[in-house]
Amino acid sequence: MPWRLLRFALSKKHPEPRMFSDHPQLKSSYDVVIIGGGGHGLAAAYYLARDHGITNVAVLEKGYIGGGNTGRNTSIIRSNYLTPEGVKFYDESVHLWQDLSEEFDLNLFYANRGHFTLAHTDSAMRTMRWRAEVNKHLGIDSEVVGPDFVKRAAPMIDLSCGGHAPIMGALYHAPGSVARHDAVAWGYGRGADMRGAEIHQQTEVLGIDVQGGKVRGVQTSRGYIATNKVLCAVAGFTPRILDMVGIQSPIYIHPLQAMVSEPLKPWLDPILVSGSLHIYVSQSARGELVMGASLDPYEVQSTRSTLDFVEGLSSHMLDMFPFLSNVKVMRQWAGMADMTPDFAPIMGKTPVEGFYLDGGWGTWGFKATPVCGKTMAHTVATDTPHPLITGFSLDRFRNFSLTGEKGAASVGH
Amino acid sequence: MKRLPPVAGEWIDRTREISFVFEGKSYRGHPGDSISSALLASGASMLGRSFKYHRPRSVLSMANHDINAMVQWAERPNVRADVTPLTDGMALTAVNTFGGLRADKASILGAFSRFLPVGFYYKSFYSKKLFPLWERMFRRLTGLGKVDFTAPHLCTAKCYGFCDVLVIGSGPSGLAAALAAADQGADVVVVDENARAGGSGGYARGADEVLAATHNDLLQRAESHSLVRIMTSTCAAGYYTDHWIPLVTADVMTKMRARSVIVASGAYEQPAVFRYNDLPGIMLASAAQRLIYRYAVSPMRRAVVLAANADGYRAALDLVAHGIEVAAVVDLRSVIGDGEAETAVIHQGIRIVLNACITEAVPASDGKGVAAAVVVPVTQPNEAIGLGREQIPCDGILMSVGWAPAGNLLYQAGTRMRYEKSLEQFVPDVLPAGVFACGRVNGVHSYAARLLDGQRAGSAAAAHAGFGIAMGVAVPNETECPTHSWPIIAHPKGKNFVDFDEDLQLKDFENAVQEGFDNIELMKRFSTVGMGPSQGKHSNMNALRILARLVGKEPQQVGTTTARPFFHPVPMSLLGGRGFTPERRTPLHSRHDALGAQWMPAGVWQRPEYYQVADKSRSDCIQGEVAAVRNGVGIIDVGTLGKLEVIGPQAAEFLERVYISRYANLKLGMTRYAVMCDETGVVIDDGVVGRLAEDHFYFTTTTSGAATIYRELSRLNTLWQLDCGIVNHTGAFAAVNLAGPRSREVLAGLTDADLSASAFPYLALREASVAGIPARLMRVGFVGEWGYEIHVPANQGAALWDALMQAGGGHGMRPFGVEAQRLLRLEKGHIIISQDTDGLTNPFDVGLDWALKMDKPFFVGQRSLRVIAQQPRKQKLVGFVLEPGYAGTVPLECHLVIHQGEMAGRVTSIAFSAAVGQTIGMAFVAPELAEVGNAISIRLSDGSQVPATVTRTPFFDPDNLKQKEAV
Repeated sequence: MPWRLLRFALSKKHPEPRMFSDHPQLKSSYDVVIIGGGGHGLAAAYYLARDHGITNVAVLEKGYIGGGNTGRNTSIIRSNYLTPEGVKFYDESVHLWQDLSEEFDLNLFYANRGHFTLAHTDSAMRTMRWRAEVNKHLGIDSEVVGPDFVKRAAPMIDLSCGGHAPIMGALYHAPGSVARHDAVAWGYGRGADMRGAEIHQQTEVLGIDVQGGKVRGVQTSRGYIATNKVLCAVAGFTPRILDMVGIQSPIYIHPLQAMVSEPLKPWLDPILVSGSLHIYVSQSARGELVMGASLDPYEVQSTRSTLDFVEGLSSHMLDMFPFLSNVKVMRQWAGMADMTPDFAPIMGKTPVEGFYLDGGWGTWGFKATPVCGKTMAHTVATDTPHPLITGFSLDRFRNFSLTGEKGAASVGH
Repeated sequence: MKRLPPVAGEWIDRTREISFVFEGKSYRGHPGDSISSALLASGASMLGRSFKYHRPRSVLSMANHDINAMVQWAERPNVRADVTPLTDGMALTAVNTFGGLRADKASILGAFSRFLPVGFYYKSFYSKKLFPLWERMFRRLTGLGKVDFTAPHLCTAKCYGFCDVLVIGSGPSGLAAALAAADQGADVVVVDENARAGGSGGYARGADEVLAATHNDLLQRAESHSLVRIMTSTCAAGYYTDHWIPLVTADVMTKMRARSVIVASGAYEQPAVFRYNDLPGIMLASAAQRLIYRYAVSPMRRAVVLAANADGYRAALDLVAHGIEVAAVVDLRSVIGDGEAETAVIHQGIRIVLNACITEAVPASDGKGVAAAVVVPVTQPNEAIGLGREQIPCDGILMSVGWAPAGNLLYQAGTRMRYEKSLEQFVPDVLPAGVFACGRVNGVHSYAARLLDGQRAGSAAAAHAGFGIAMGVAVPNETECPTHSWPIIAHPKGKNFVDFDEDLQLKDFENAVQEGFDNIELMKRFSTVGMGPSQGKHSNMNALRILARLVGKEPQQVGTTTARPFFHPVPMSLLGGRGFTPERRTPLHSRHDALGAQWMPAGVWQRPEYYQVADKSRSDCIQGEVAAVRNGVGIIDVGTLGKLEVIGPQAAEFLERVYISRYANLKLGMTRYAVMCDETGVVIDDGVVGRLAEDHFYFTTTTSGAATIYRELSRLNTLWQLDCGIVNHTGAFAAVNLAGPRSREVLAGLTDADLSASAFPYLALREASVAGIPARLMRVGFVGEWGYEIHVPANQGAALWDALMQAGGGHGMRPFGVEAQRLLRLEKGHIIISQDTDGLTNPFDVGLDWALKMDKPFFVGQRSLRVIAQQPRKQKLVGFVLEPGYAGTVPLECHLVIHQGEMAGRVTSIAFSAAVGQTIGMAFVAPELAEVGNAISIRLSDGSQVPATVTRTPFFDPDNLKQKEAV
């Protein structure tokens, strides 16, 4: 048994301090204000302090930390994207992920389970091959495998998928992993807090003070803060914040829903994704099947749940795993996905001086949390986009140098 | 045996016995028993093990508000024993034990509980090297029931229901509401998850015969009312927008659409928190009452009742009335009410200890039951040996300290709740339109008041649904607070459980707050309170009270976590239903089958990939089909194409706007290739537009794009408000393409139309009769041969096919499939959208510049294409050939083009062409490589590279001579 647990038993009082300090008051000014206390915002605060020595930072969160998409996603981590920009970026993220638990002294349950994107049609097989070839070229462990290989990793699967959509093969990405999503926010939050950044929950941004094209301050539900630098990392609220500084964006918001089963004794090791059946599924450390599907097909800025989502997803799950008929769905929920036209994020500087954007994260933001925090911290600290994110700038929509991740992003979150 | 003598209204049928097996031991019960009641009646005391420490557990709520008794029933995991009807021959085991329920080896974990505080797993086990080992251990310990891979795929039909007023809950207020609504003329459905209607009216009696009679009368009136339908064993599993409620039984889901919804779901009785409050024998008062009145099971022999409301006194009377000794009623309050129940308890001489609490239960010698309750004055609960400390021997403890509203559906519907201090309970504050609440969920607890509250809600709900007017009904306030604000007793040694699903103790919450998880959502996520299978029904309220006290706030300020579907978990088979996966077939499907078609999916359609010829390989079959088209004649079913019409004075204008080419000048009776872009200038679809009249066009889309394109065009037409309409004929028409040098001869025998090149030139559109069937004919050249696309009404498709097959027989005509068509069009250099294009391809990339009419005033994507036109090209689609006689591994589609070690493109199409005598293909390449004659290199999956040469397209018949009449 690890020594750490011994300490719990031997101390009279619970030997753990607060993870996040309490700050009853906002200061009148900060060097950097980060809007959004999700994984991305907290990671940026962490790396600003750790890598750039910038600690006079406030993270403003209108709800509670990690309560947005950080706490709503299905926690899949992978780097088998389609464009060189995407692959390099997510690969760096995977490398950061692997060391995070030790770095934080906090178990993120970063569990390497292997990731299969199943192909049921020859056109899907073509896309898988494309991704595999691009991935391999860029040094990512990724290959097209046949149905036999899938069967070995998940012997209980019905390869014919009820006869509707036989599995022809898959893109197999051995480094594919899952992590305990909430803990990611806590780890970054604690790390940032320890280094001096302030986390203010239940603090809503009401306006941003821009004068002469430069950021001057932020109006919050708890008063005005002067600052020259604002980082926006707010997922489903990006257009709302951008309105405050008069920036147009090509972001449109769709709900993304998910559900979990009751806890079951673990039986499914890998992460399975099927574009044709609109499924992604893995089994969590609690034994719950965590299941998702594709985006809701229409724009709504809402986290409402729909019945047809659970109906459709259950039906497809049973095509793949018919023996789950008696397994029960315990809970469903939704997040809001900032979608961009090319399914790639928007990161970097904006036309407003001192206003930095980290948005457009659609359905793939969780896995990017570490690299996003790191590169945005660099961008904010140096006022220069980090080399890994130059392909994701906002102005690419003006000058049509899009980064086409459509093929890799749809359904394979 | 613990079965009581017959109890009036009991659910069991004593005339019959059924047998079952639990944990390898045989038991007997009666029809009407639940698994738990039958086990308790047979003398079993322990029904399950807890999740984390594997502590012995038995009935807590008897109402599916906890999972103490969760069993595996053959292939069914996680069966709730408290509420699952007993059936004959059931073979059951407790879930998540190691070596069986009695001797669960994992119960050793309880001894280590000091090492395993809240969130302990975040604090250790994370070394990069060892985590995989720890993870394996965690995965062995985690989870509840087991999945059986041989379990059958259950495909259950779904039902659809409609009613004016849906009442959720058939307790006193629900029944009163139903009657009031029905009396106003509304069609009412009442659902209740229990096997019988009546709710707490059936068991929360206080041994009051008058009350029982009143309740039976109410129930009978509801059951006999012609406008009231009562659905028992039916759970309202969630609330969705517009009163859309899934009603779930053991084997079917009914999706109910109601005009109004009344939530009369009652309240969850809440446990008191004291040391060892989880021992078998300690249960909620309502659980004991359910055992007695539903199943005639004696919950214990000698009880101590921990009370903080009149309900506890009623429960004491119920015990006594059924021969169970009540050693004492321990009341947390210093003053008790003067109601009938309290008076009766005093009158019966039952000992009442006021202003006292239970600090701990003394475990029985085997640790699997209760031996005594330790009662201490509330003023000094933490004193180990205090003044007035007393140990009262008993074999069971009832907890009756308060209620939490079963408000899940109200929250899901968007109700704003507020904490009502006088009731120590959340009650609805602002209800959404059409949603009503009554009874305990609405903060109304006494029986008479619940009836009035139900009448009020029922009348208002009927009025909302359009029946009658809402009656004003005065509902009296509660005379006493039914819920204690702090039924929580600290103990230095812990094991005072708050969440029984997750084995969370009081100190876990203190520790979580100490670590900074001091708002309700963070506390939930860190401690996992309420995240277990009962989703906080018995634990969220106490967790909230603890948090409020620790941070010095009121419950109102702390707020609740978000309630989400489902109310109780729902089996996937009921949600998935029959597994309706629609597959579209063309009218010619059976004809293809008869010809040996090998099917492939194409979007929602099934299409012949090729036709199997006996003793021939797939590739030989395909090449044979290709040869037939090139040298004679072939026929392919193209009925899967999207087939649309646009009609109206502005039909041409509409097409001008949605396609990149020009259609205003398209001559009558002619067709033109059509490419569609999205707003970013990316190519998304193609087809052919034909003009039938000045204001009437017939046009096609790709097979896979048909549905989305029609939807998008409808959207655009709605936005633009042009004077034209779009009709989707995709399923209404059958279509074939008759192609090959001899196609005209085949067709000539079946039609009177003039097929001469002058009368029916290339790209023309004609309406004529073919084999007596009215048809639209288009001379198209996708496969590069003289040919006719023939569209006829779907119901005559088979007749057309048969006539053509017969006429073609003498010409050696063969049907050909998708693969042959792919090769034929590749030889012509024609692209397939989404195979030779991707999510970023613009018309310039694929050589469609000629189709682009940038001087039109507007078309979708034009603005973007203007910008793109000024930029250097990033890629270009080119033709290529492998070396003649290349005998190595042939590259596959999406293999990369490599230039100087870097990615420089990819293959989009590739195949061996007999007509060309070489392997030909198309590939995206960097513009600098695109020149005809350039050598390029294609990398295979194994890393080896294959040389190829960029070639002009078309590969075959570059001058399109095939479309011209031989001179």
